[in-house]
Amino acid sequence: MKKLSARRRHPLAALVVLLFALAATGGLYAAFAPAEAAKADSSAQSLKIDEGKRLFAVGCSSCHGLNGEGSSTGPSLVGVGSAAVDFQVGTGRMPAQQPGAQIPKKKNIYSQDDIDAMAAFVASLGPGPVVPTADQYTSTETDAVAKGGELFRTNCSQCHNFQGAGGALTQGKFAPSLEGVSPKHIFEAMQTGPQNMPSFPDSTMPEKQKQEIVAFVRYQSNEAPNPGGLSLGSLGPVTEGLFGWIFGLGVLIAIAIWVAAHTTKAKKS
Amino acid sequence: MSDDKLPAEHAEGHGEVAAADNPFADPGLPAHQVRRTDIDERAAKRAERQVSLLFVVSMLATIGFIASYVSIDPDKIVYIFPLGHVSALNFALGMTLGVALFCIGAGAVHWARTLMSDVEHPAERHAIEADDEVRADVIEQFKTGAGESGFGRRKMIRNTMIGSMALVPLAGVVLLRDLGPLPEKKLDHTGWDEATPAVPIRLINMNTNEGMKPEDIAVGSLTFAKPGPSVLRPEGLQESDDDFQEAIAKDALMLIRIQPEDIKDANSAGLGFQGVLAYSKICTHVGCPISLYEQQTHHALCPCHQSTFDLSDGARVIFGPAGHPLPQLKITTDSLGYLVATGDFSHPVGPSFWERSE
Repeated sequence: MKKLSARRRHPLAALVVLLFALAATGGLYAAFAPAEAAKADSSAQSLKIDEGKRLFAVGCSSCHGLNGEGSSTGPSLVGVGSAAVDFQVGTGRMPAQQPGAQIPKKKNIYSQDDIDAMAAFVASLGPGPVVPTADQYTSTETDAVAKGGELFRTNCSQCHNFQGAGGALTQGKFAPSLEGVSPKHIFEAMQTGPQNMPSFPDSTMPEKQKQEIVAFVRYQSNEAPNPGGLSLGSLGPVTEGLFGWIFGLGVLIAIAIWVAAHTTKAKKS
Repeated sequence: MSDDKLPAEHAEGHGEVAAADNPFADPGLPAHQVRRTDIDERAAKRAERQVSLLFVVSMLATIGFIASYVSIDPDKIVYIFPLGHVSALNFALGMTLGVALFCIGAGAVHWARTLMSDVEHPAERHAIEADDEVRADVIEQFKTGAGESGFGRRKMIRNTMIGSMALVPLAGVVLLRDLGPLPEKKLDHTGWDEATPAVPIRLINMNTNEGMKPEDIAVGSLTFAKPGPSVLRPEGLQESDDDFQEAIAKDALMLIRIQPEDIKDANSAGLGFQGVLAYSKICTHVGCPISLYEQQTHHALCPCHQSTFDLSDGARVIFGPAGHPLPQLKITTDSLGYLVATGDFSHPVGPSFWERSE
């Protein structure tokens, strides 16, 4: 003890005391601080969920309920996952413009950051399909387009037409055209089954097959050549027949009338 | 060509008289008007050269057609504004043949309009029927012939002739037998009918070619299935099989899952397994493959004639011409937990036929 007191005027004594005091304070705080405060999490993810909840309260809660529990005008969002939010909001389908048989695609009014925040909030309500990353929906296989074509004809062509041009369903509903839809949104639609589209979960259609379908659809809308020139909407004999009757026969009739109406008489007038 | 070569305007047309005192009088033909090529040899020569040029262009285009058929690779794709990426061969063949035919037509029209005679030839119209004298003569001949044949007198000949002529069409009716034989029980059965509770057949996912467990089928999802291995078909139905198209046209299944409390038809719920329902994919109207399934309304729509089935209510027909609900397959799980069928469909698959049991 004497040794210690002898050194109490040492220049470093204050520093040692300070360190002791800090350690004691920190230890006591850790031991006695209120449990809630200790758990307070300020990670980016939870900030995002908070932000998402705020956006959700403004844009979505009037139909889906304040906590996404659903109401008479909108389904529950528990368990739909972030992929569903990214698809619905990213393509402008949500927030819905007006109720109807089908909510159409329209201009998206949210930034990707806002969509991610809302997706994070909805994902926090219950587990569901997660927004895919680029390597999940991009196939590197060389034969992906051919295999995707087979899968598309088995699973998708009945509603979306054999080239993805879309088609009619019951009572005002329709399967939209897939032309120009981003790979991420095609993948998310298969995962989540938006509106009346059935879902194609990984258990019945593995991720690799979804990649192949995405590759096929992208090929159809971007690169596929059109051997005959005009595709006429790729809708088949209806548009082709209409074109033949109106333009083909119409031009022939017009020429026949022109031939008969114009003479080569050497009139002065 | 100078104007002085032109004929005087409307040299007294022989029809343009008498209009003043009688507006209904026959106006006759207007005066013939000559064409430039009729009176100017240079213009005629020019028109002749133009017609020939069109025919020569047509010849060249036909040669171009043959040349492009021989020389252009069928797989070659070229970019042509405004059509986009098109097959070079299709484009070349269409263009050359189009030009060849158009030039023949244009040349013929130009020739007829400028060089062939365009003088009007009036032709008098007469009644179509023959005059009375000829008609009376024909009727007289007919009566004489009928009398000489004794048609009215020899009744036995007349009646047997009528009988033989009435029977001849039966020969054609008998030939309809070639439309047979009747399908007997073939249409009542599908590839699932070998399944029994003792030896069930697995449901094979059309995408993965593997069996499925009930937990693989999510609520709101749609999966297509075909029969797996069986006694007669140890490999299961394969796309490489010779009769694949014929078999899949009857065996195709669509698998959906509905929350058990949402299934309105108790019988249908019993045929399924924990809300997983297996319906035939073949429309009961004329047999189109239907699978336009709406996962919220549980309606399946046929794209051909809009028959709509409510899959939550035993695939009852709620719209359209289909006469029967979609047949449902009774499914359960085997010892390994895979979905299996234990028998054939509840009703014959596909459109109605005469011998259909219901």
